[in-house]
Amino acid sequence: MSLILHNVGLVHPNGQRALQGVSLVVGAGERVAVIGPSGAGKTSLLRVSGSSLRATEGRVEALAANPWQLSARGLRRLRSRIGVVHQAPPIPPRLRVITAVLAGRLGTWPMWKALASLAYPADIAGARDALLRLDLADRLFDRCDRLSGGQLQRVGIARVLYQRPDLVLADEPVSALDPALADAAVGELIAHSAATGATLVASLHAVDLALKWFPRIVGMRGGEVTFDLPAAQVSRAMLHELYATEGSVLPTQGNDPGALTLHKGDLKAGTNVVPLSRPGCR
Amino acid sequence: MNPADVSTAERARAAGPCLTCAGVSLLLVGSVVASFVYLGIDFAAMLSGESMRLMGKFIAEFFHPDLSAPFVAKAAWATLQTLAVSALGTLLAVAAGGVLALPASGRFGSALRQAARLLLNVLRSVPELVWAALMVLAVGLGPFAGVLALALHTTGVLGRLYAETLENAPPDPERALSDAGSSALPAFVYGSLPLIVPQCVAYALYRWEMNIRMAAVLGFVGAGGLGQMLYFHLSIFQQAQAATVLLAMLLLVFVVDILSSRFRRGLAPAYA
Amino acid sequence: MNGALAPTPLRDPQARRRATGLLIGVVVLWPMLVLAEFRPAALFESGNLQVMKGFLASFMPPSTSADFLGLLLQATLQTLAIATAGIALSFLLAVPLALAVTHALSVSRIGPGRGRWWGEGVRVVVRMVMALLRAVPEVVWALVFVRALGLGPGAGVLALAITYGGMLGKVYAEILESGDTRPARALLEAGSGRLAALFYGLVPGAAQELASYTVYRWECAVRASVVMGFVGAGGLGQLMDQSMKMLNGGEASTILLMFLLLVMLADLLSAALRRLLG
Repeated sequence: MSLILHNVGLVHPNGQRALQGVSLVVGAGERVAVIGPSGAGKTSLLRVSGSSLRATEGRVEALAANPWQLSARGLRRLRSRIGVVHQAPPIPPRLRVITAVLAGRLGTWPMWKALASLAYPADIAGARDALLRLDLADRLFDRCDRLSGGQLQRVGIARVLYQRPDLVLADEPVSALDPALADAAVGELIAHSAATGATLVASLHAVDLALKWFPRIVGMRGGEVTFDLPAAQVSRAMLHELYATEGSVLPTQGNDPGALTLHKGDLKAGTNVVPLSRPGCR
Repeated sequence: MNPADVSTAERARAAGPCLTCAGVSLLLVGSVVASFVYLGIDFAAMLSGESMRLMGKFIAEFFHPDLSAPFVAKAAWATLQTLAVSALGTLLAVAAGGVLALPASGRFGSALRQAARLLLNVLRSVPELVWAALMVLAVGLGPFAGVLALALHTTGVLGRLYAETLENAPPDPERALSDAGSSALPAFVYGSLPLIVPQCVAYALYRWEMNIRMAAVLGFVGAGGLGQMLYFHLSIFQQAQAATVLLAMLLLVFVVDILSSRFRRGLAPAYA
Repeated sequence: MNGALAPTPLRDPQARRRATGLLIGVVVLWPMLVLAEFRPAALFESGNLQVMKGFLASFMPPSTSADFLGLLLQATLQTLAIATAGIALSFLLAVPLALAVTHALSVSRIGPGRGRWWGEGVRVVVRMVMALLRAVPEVVWALVFVRALGLGPGAGVLALAITYGGMLGKVYAEILESGDTRPARALLEAGSGRLAALFYGLVPGAAQELASYTVYRWECAVRASVVMGFVGAGGLGQLMDQSMKMLNGGEASTILLMFLLLVMLADLLSAALRRLLG
């Protein structure tokens, strides 16, 4: 089993409840889409699964290990086998695309290789291959702040592809891409999962994408799982009920009223953290 | 309320803050007068005819700077030495300040944070000239003492600025990398370092500019460069040579000012 | 999504630029190290080590003899007095300079009237004078005055007066011009003199900022006074210079502690005064 969540609950430090009694079992190599309205807890689910957040209730097992009972080294090794695609890739703007992609393997590279790669990239061909799949190979040596939001999102996906994890957790990985590119990108994630046997759990806002590519759909609402079915068994009525809070129109690639653009946690280029002008005695 | 009452109330209120004003002004004037009295500077003797004449003679010799080729060459060498001292001192401070900024930003716990901040504060509070005098004891006369003095003081300044920059940098990139299994150092270097580098370079250049001025003066306590030359020639009352060195100092400061304002326009985003 | 695969492996286009930069850095570094007589080994040379060890060893315990403490107190008061007197004297320079440079007090600019180019010319010259006064560090002035007038606080006071005259003049002018200049202009248009326009038009609005900056500068002056003492201008600096020349670590450490304390107190005092004024 790649991922087991048993009665998982999550309450944020500010008292807000994000997850309630979530149980989920994902087998190795399975591909699951998680759908639901904004605030349903999709991101929290993925963060708890990827051991970046600790569940306040219940049990989480990722890749047959309980992350919080491992030693520090064991946890690091486990995490290097889990790849997370963020909705807004947390990539420093001044980093070049190639360095951002190669950073995917920092969990497995020895220290000297990681540091030496800064002076001269250690695996240009590998990074290029990952970017080729997302149609970004020509931007290999550009700085990330020269990319559009959609291109940056694709770099985030490329980084995870380069990492070659056993478990891919994708949090709205194509929210900033236009429909054609989004479709192709999801296709790449699926293809990668098929080729390497990696498990893929992706949260998507566009329902049509989810239904098209994923054999299993999990619906979430208000921090709870409302249904967990093969895609063929998901009816329009169930979808409407799921998205009732967002109006009568289902979010799809074409008309996405709730589409989140790349703004959460954006790192603006040239952000100045401390102003230079401070009074000095000269 | 009676109009007459209003005006008295207003007047009373108006008199209130003025009383504090008056009190503080009196205190200030009093302390100024007390200072002059305490110092007992004999302005009368200073401004007397004889003294003015001697001063005049002293100053007049400044207006004939020694512009002979060998001496100007010496002054040019001293200028280069001053520049080298400032550059090396600043470079060392960037390294040391960077290292100290890590604990000072709280990454290794609050106890180390306090300790690092205390160390940086002490380094910062001691003026460069005092450090230079101490370093002359440690390594002898010469520009190396100046390098160490600038390095020590500037470490305090840059260390604190770098720590603040680190604290204000978004933690997400580094955290994302650790969550993907990276160990601490690569996560820092790939995640947080690129975020802070432009600001840190800007601070370092700013301090280098200040340090050039400082390096020129550190020679007064024996740390080489233009300062040591000026001190030497003034001690043996060679105003002409001293004037040349002063001109070299002014020229250095002037050129650095122009270069830095031009450079700063190019670096505008980092300084914004 | 597959693009055409490039036949040959790609090379990093920035590698050459980085390598060149590194090479230039190394090439420049070497002469710098030579010029600065960079010899870290000097720190550990036996002669220097002995001196340093002995000096540092004598740091503890700090000297607390009654005579020395008396000298220390005198020197501290002298430093404070030098800073205060220096700033006070610098007003004699700063105020007229600021007056001359402030646009808002220029009668000829209203209209514009006659003598506008002359007025502008005067302002440019005065600004250059202020820049010149600021360009030379106060320590240098102090050294020159010590040679001209002899050791003692007088040199320090004069040095502060000159440099801070230029500094305060420039900042005062900036503060005066950054506020609301219409009251002053109205007064000038009504025919009042420049001083009246200054005191009734500009100062009321800018008083707080002017005072705040002056207090902040006083704090800097205290530090500068200590530094100037090292070239003979009296105060704590001169005392410390003497103690160090005699390798008396105990006295030096006491003075250093006193200096840090003084700086901290000056900082507190200046913050309190600025809060009072604010």
